[in-house]
Order: sequence, then C-alpha cells, then structure tokens
Amino acid sequence: MANHGPEETLALREQFDTVEQQKDASTLGMWIFLITEIMFFGGMFLAYTIYRSSYPGIFAISSSSLNVYIGAANTVVLLCSSFTMVLAVRSAQLGRQKAIIFNLILTLILGFIFLGVKAYEWNEKFVEHHVPGPGFHFVGIAQQGPSQLFFSLYFAMTGLHALHMVVGVGILTWLIVKARQGTFTAEYMTPVDVAGLYWHFVDIIWIFLFPLLYLIDRHLK
Amino acid sequence: MSEHIDSVKTYALVFAGLIFATIATTAVAFVDLGAFSVVAALVIAVCKMLLVALFFMHVRHSSKLTRLVLLGALMWLGILILMTLADFSTRGLIGVPGR
Repeated sequence: MANHGPEETLALREQFDTVEQQKDASTLGMWIFLITEIMFFGGMFLAYTIYRSSYPGIFAISSSSLNVYIGAANTVVLLCSSFTMVLAVRSAQLGRQKAIIFNLILTLILGFIFLGVKAYEWNEKFVEHHVPGPGFHFVGIAQQGPSQLFFSLYFAMTGLHALHMVVGVGILTWLIVKARQGTFTAEYMTPVDVAGLYWHFVDIIWIFLFPLLYLIDRHLK
Repeated sequence: MSEHIDSVKTYALVFAGLIFATIATTAVAFVDLGAFSVVAALVIAVCKMLLVALFFMHVRHSSKLTRLVLLGALMWLGILILMTLADFSTRGLIGVPGR
C-alpha cells in the first residue's frame, strides 16, 4: 500500500475532499458504465426492431412457441431479487450488518433461480430444434430464415442478459464475503450501493426483453 | 444521497406496482389491440423502468450531474435508434442514378 495520511479511511480516500464527493464520484462512475451498457444493449434492441418490422408475422408465430407463463414467473423472480437488493442497500445505509447479509443472500438465491429457469428454457429450445443452425426446424411455417432470425436474437439477447446475471451473482458473492467481514457501515457502503445500481439495471433490461420476446401478438394463438 | 433513506413501505409499494404491471403486460398481450399491442407493451415497460430507476436506483434523490448524464444517455440512445430507423425505413424511396 502506498503511504497515506493516518486519517484516510475507506469512506474517505485522500484524493477526495469530502465523503459526499467520494460517494457522488462512485455513483456517477457507475452510471457512466451503465450508459455504455444501455448503448450496447440498445444496438441489439435496434436490430430486433428492424427485423421484427420486416417479418412481423413470423416473429409473432415464433414468439408464441416461448412459454409465456415461465417467462412471466421469471420476471417476478427478478423483480423480487431487485426488491431484496434495494432492501440490502437500505440495510447498508442504516448500518444493519445482519440485514445486509440476509438480503444479499436472498438476492443471490433469486438470481440463481432466474438462471436455473433460463437454463431450463434454453434446453427446451434445443429439444424442439429451435436453435438457429443446420438442425433448426420450426413446424408450420414456410420461411425458416426469418424464424431463425427471431431465435438468433432471442438467444443473443437473453444470453447476454444471463451473462450479466452471472457477473451479478459473482459481485453478490463478493459482497456477502465482504459484508461478513464487517466492511460495510452506514458511513461506507458504496460497493453495496453501486452493485445495487448494476443489479437493477440488469432487471430493467429484462423488463424490456420479456414483452418484446415473449408477448408478440399472443391473441393470435 | 445517504441522507435520503426511503422507508420499506415505499419500496414495497413500488415492488407491488412492478408485479401488477407484469401481470398487466402479460394479460394485455392476449387482447387483440392490433398495432397498439406493441405500444401498450412498451408503455408498460417504460413505466416499470421509471419505477425501478426513480425508486430502486435512487434517481429521484441523485445529484443534478447524474440526472444530466442520464438525460444525455437517453439522447444518445435516441440518436442511435432514430437515425438507424430513418435510414432503414427510407431505403429505396429515391432511385439511385445509374443503378
């Protein structure tokens, strides 16, 4: 460690004037990162928009093969995890050690449930031959190409989202370890706060993915 | 930011709102609204996003700089979407000389 003043703490490192300033800098930094993520996912949503507008009928039929109830249930699981995450952040703001750990563990469990359900859904796609590639076959439509496009977007978007969830699970695990060591106090809880921002962001991405992938013209079926 | 600690009740209400919106968006997808089904789905999704961002992500308590940066981000996303769609939807409207 570099030499630093004796008054330096986690809550106030020497390059900052005040605790508030350090906290604002961390929050802003996280938001800037999340904005790059918005642009990154934005490109995929844009590709989706263009191909859905080009092949609306086939996208609707392909979408109908996804299980809407599993999708909705998984949305609820993810929203629950956001709720427990915000409670973890609140516990950290109040400096309640046990509540931080309890809520982080709940969030982690809900994250694992979401990923488990996702894995089950992907496996179903393999069984049904709905994975883009040489083995792809969607029964009942003449144009297999645009349907493959839908499933390519489905796998790319939910896959990327799940990858973010896996990263989030890693961050949560690290937070739980740190919280057990008593790192977080009411004065210093920036990692919990910033991880919360990340987790909620991943939730927001799913909030858009669910209606766009699962809920296209369900009334047709 | 740490001065503003929302109550559990506030978060619970937001959470209830999010669950309600999830049920609503699922239910409305089974109703034939024609071209408006996409609009309905997106309006509900944007409402849910606002609930999560404003309450869970503390945007309503965040600094002016953070809000400005967020507005800037939405503007950039708007440019990405509008410019690309403007290009895509107007292709072939005007003939290219020599082709």
